[in-house]
Amino acid sequence: MAAFAPGTTVRVKDDWPESRGPAHIRTPHYLRGMHGRVVRRLGAFANPEDLAFARPAERRSLYHVAFDQPAVWQEGRAGDELLVELFEHWLEPA
Amino acid sequence: MCAPIDTEPHVLSEFDKRVDALRAVLSLKGLMTVDELRRGIEEIPEDEYHRLSYYQRWIRSITAILMRKGVITEAELSAALERR
Repeated sequence: MAAFAPGTTVRVKDDWPESRGPAHIRTPHYLRGMHGRVVRRLGAFANPEDLAFARPAERRSLYHVAFDQPAVWQEGRAGDELLVELFEHWLEPA
Repeated sequence: MCAPIDTEPHVLSEFDKRVDALRAVLSLKGLMTVDELRRGIEEIPEDEYHRLSYYQRWIRSITAILMRKGVITEAELSAALERR
């Protein structure tokens, strides 16, 4: 999977694995389908979605992604940002 | 939409500390991970989740995971609780 450079606009996948069966997800539900901006790559970590079920876990890149907070939460001031850690497999080019 | 967060430090009970120690030992022995702990907490039915304290949720999750993995049996757990 190609790395996302800082500044890249990405879209969080509008995916709901929890509706298909037991799942453990670190991607907040309120961000699914939202657009954000990659701030930095934080490193690669074993995928917690597999670790949570004691399955072999591949290392995946984790990113800091910034979102326009008023657009996400319908509260806050213009310019407020939400900074969230998201794994690469939840991000797609916007 | 959001309520203010209580940021005051909480006093830990003897029970809380023992649950935390148990979780650390189980990790060191490779019997379960914190990711499994979190998943187990998320599985607690909502009404029960809200009735339990922070560390009660942990021990509820730890118990379910260890029983599912066969590390402990329901009979062993019952026997241990009887002895208390």
